[in-house]
Amino acid sequence: MSVIFFLIGCSVLIALIFLGAFFWANLTGQHEDTYTPSIRILFDDEPDGGLPPPTEADNPRAGGKK
Amino acid sequence: MSVITANTCFHCGDAVGNSVYETDGHAFCCLGCQSVYQILNRSQMQQYYRYDRHPGKKQPASAERYDYLDEPAIAGQLVDYQDDKLTIFTCYIPVIHCSACVWLLENLYRLQPAVVSSRCDFMKKQVTVTFKQGELSLRGLVELLANIGYAPKITLQDVLKEGQRFSQAGLIAKIAVAGFCFGNSMMLSFPEYFGMAAFEAQYATFFRYMNLAFSLPVLLYSGQDYFRSAWQSLRQYRLNLDVPLALGILVLFVRTAWEVVSGTGAGFGDTLCGLVFFLLVGRWVQQRTYHHLSFERDYRSYFPVAVTRLEGEGSRSIPIAEIQVGDRLLIRNNEIVPADAILWRGAAAIDFSFVTGESEPVQKVQGEIIYAGGRQIGAAIEVEVVKAVSQSHLTRLWNNEGAKPYERQFQTFSNTVSQYFTPALLAIGVAAMAFWFVQGDPGRAWAALTAVLIIACPCALALSSPFTLSTALSIFDRNRFYLKNTAAVEQLATIDSLVFDKTGTLSSPSASRMQFQGDLPDSDRIRVAAACASSNHPMSREIVRWAGVSSPPAVTDYHEIPGKGIDAVVIGSRVRVGNAAFIGVRGETAAGGQGSQAYLEIDGQVRGCISMEQPWRPGLAAIIEALADDYRLDLVSGDNAREERTLRSLFPKRADLRFNQLPEDKRVYIQSLQQRGRKVCMLGDGLNDAGALRQADFGIAVSDDINSFSPGCDAILDGGSFERLPRFLRFAKDVVRVIHKSFGISVCYNLVGLSFAVAGTMSPLFAAILMPLSTITIIVFTTVATRACAAKHHLLQPRP
Repeated sequence: MSVIFFLIGCSVLIALIFLGAFFWANLTGQHEDTYTPSIRILFDDEPDGGLPPPTEADNPRAGGKK
Repeated sequence: MSVITANTCFHCGDAVGNSVYETDGHAFCCLGCQSVYQILNRSQMQQYYRYDRHPGKKQPASAERYDYLDEPAIAGQLVDYQDDKLTIFTCYIPVIHCSACVWLLENLYRLQPAVVSSRCDFMKKQVTVTFKQGELSLRGLVELLANIGYAPKITLQDVLKEGQRFSQAGLIAKIAVAGFCFGNSMMLSFPEYFGMAAFEAQYATFFRYMNLAFSLPVLLYSGQDYFRSAWQSLRQYRLNLDVPLALGILVLFVRTAWEVVSGTGAGFGDTLCGLVFFLLVGRWVQQRTYHHLSFERDYRSYFPVAVTRLEGEGSRSIPIAEIQVGDRLLIRNNEIVPADAILWRGAAAIDFSFVTGESEPVQKVQGEIIYAGGRQIGAAIEVEVVKAVSQSHLTRLWNNEGAKPYERQFQTFSNTVSQYFTPALLAIGVAAMAFWFVQGDPGRAWAALTAVLIIACPCALALSSPFTLSTALSIFDRNRFYLKNTAAVEQLATIDSLVFDKTGTLSSPSASRMQFQGDLPDSDRIRVAAACASSNHPMSREIVRWAGVSSPPAVTDYHEIPGKGIDAVVIGSRVRVGNAAFIGVRGETAAGGQGSQAYLEIDGQVRGCISMEQPWRPGLAAIIEALADDYRLDLVSGDNAREERTLRSLFPKRADLRFNQLPEDKRVYIQSLQQRGRKVCMLGDGLNDAGALRQADFGIAVSDDINSFSPGCDAILDGGSFERLPRFLRFAKDVVRVIHKSFGISVCYNLVGLSFAVAGTMSPLFAAILMPLSTITIIVFTTVATRACAAKHHLLQPRP
């Protein structure tokens, strides 16, 4: 049963790794702006040469976010 | 070429008449919008228009001058970082409003190859640009942004970068450590609580020491703010809520350590970690602020960054801070006079509308003093500075020693309660200890004392205010009423007098109404519009809009006499537009209307008068009626008394209506109310109200565009939500009642816990259950009750 010392040691070590990861994320400013990435992810990747110019009707998100 | 499908501007969505601006089959309302489209088109960036319909914003016609950015001293202050190759520059761009804006600003490198990268923060409306300084100057970058419709707002307060780097990183790290220790120590406590078989008991000591080890960082790192705050409070002979909290944390640790080391018990390691964790979460909730709004703005965010100083034959841009008495400054059209100065050359027509609320420009002749804060309208003038910027008539209002210190602390409920809490707690603990000593059971006496200090630790009380107030704050926020911090909600509930400013507060500056008296055929209407289109005066712009002529004809022989009127020849007729004196209208024929007026004269014949008035905010009468029963209502206005009769009928009889008030008069009036024991709330909008807003117990800046300038205040109210003011005030009072009720609940929990504690029979398991249970009850109760109050006042509907 003395394996329990080893197991607890492991579990605390893993928890410490996550705590360290959280500190790293915090220090590199990943929590500073939590809104803009949600906009950024929706931008389309463009084919070479750019997209054709849009028209008035060609706007899937018309009337959307203001 | 496709047919133009809509009669709105492709770029900004404004209405387009018979537009002459057209590219690729898209109509544009103005040259500005069209040129942005063309710039983007050239760089294959039309994708901008895919992310939002009409993503642009119409630009003001008069472009700001950015030549001061070429001065190394000024540019050096504005940039975040600079080495020999790269420069990083962060700026605030108020027009950021949709996903297309983010896309465009993050693809700047396609417009300008010298830009290495750009990053947009949508909520803060900021862009951080990294660029190669050898290929692009700061001025070039700012002008590029301005050309594509994203002019950055560069003010003195940016130069100082004050308060912009506010960060909760330290607190979040403490919460993370406390949470980490809380989770692990709970896990290690479970065997103790559920009981262990005989052969497992060998691990018990190990688990206990692990628990003690986990509570150490919580005590020394996460909980250090409580000890520091308690110590500071004790040194000032005051008892704040952190005193019993720090005492509880300390006693928890000492008793845990003693029990573990002596082998007499399991201690309270998990309760200690949990307590600190919940307390810190409460503190984090309370500190939530609006990054995108500034409540500490002062004249510096209104003044320009640089001015043009005349030096011998030439001139040079210098930072405002370097202005010295005796300097000669050149003030161009639409520029602000930064310090009190004497007019040296030129015809000054100074628009003090932001300072005094008076919309008519003031004429100044050579040798007269021009107070800082006025905006020159018309040709450039030369002035000589007579007072330093910080000593000027206007800026002194902020430095006034009579005004409240801005970092003031409101007297909150939890501060009041904690005055009595700690003595009561200590009395009960000492009484229990004395009782068991008398009974001859000293072991139990110490157990009882420590148990009382642990169980009565006002954790639930410490959390009731933050959670209630932050819920209230987000409800206010949803209704576009932005409070500076959570303590401001409690302050708002204590108010019993309201003092209003008139212009911009009770009346709405955005929806001006034009009234025309006289006779004007369409052909002349076009002439008037053409003449006014050449002028920069706000009234002229209103007349152009009123006339509704989209493509005015050419104007010849144009003269503008600042502060008086304009004179031009349009399609063979002489058009004169201006005030009564300019046109030569006598007093008796002059229309007795309200607000600003302009007379029209065509070929020597007076055709009529256009008056512009600012209508009252919608529902003003109902608002005043709703407030009149519970509040004393007064009005202080910098404007003249021409609307006194209307206001007299709106306001209750006992209201004090004061006109022609200087900024200092407003402040003194508020002070006199306070001396009569009143808790005064001031509602104002302009720089002229800044002193009064600071003096008042609660200052609300009313603003129709919350991102534009508003003076330092406790709350910013969006003009569109003005009619909700009575409901906001009642809601704030209900919120304080919720805090009182949740305090009652936490006292009940404390009494239950105390009854066990004084008996000296409190087990670690009992503490481990009671503490989180009371905390969660409080969080749930305060959140639900606050939202219920909001629903009662109909404040839960989505944004109008």
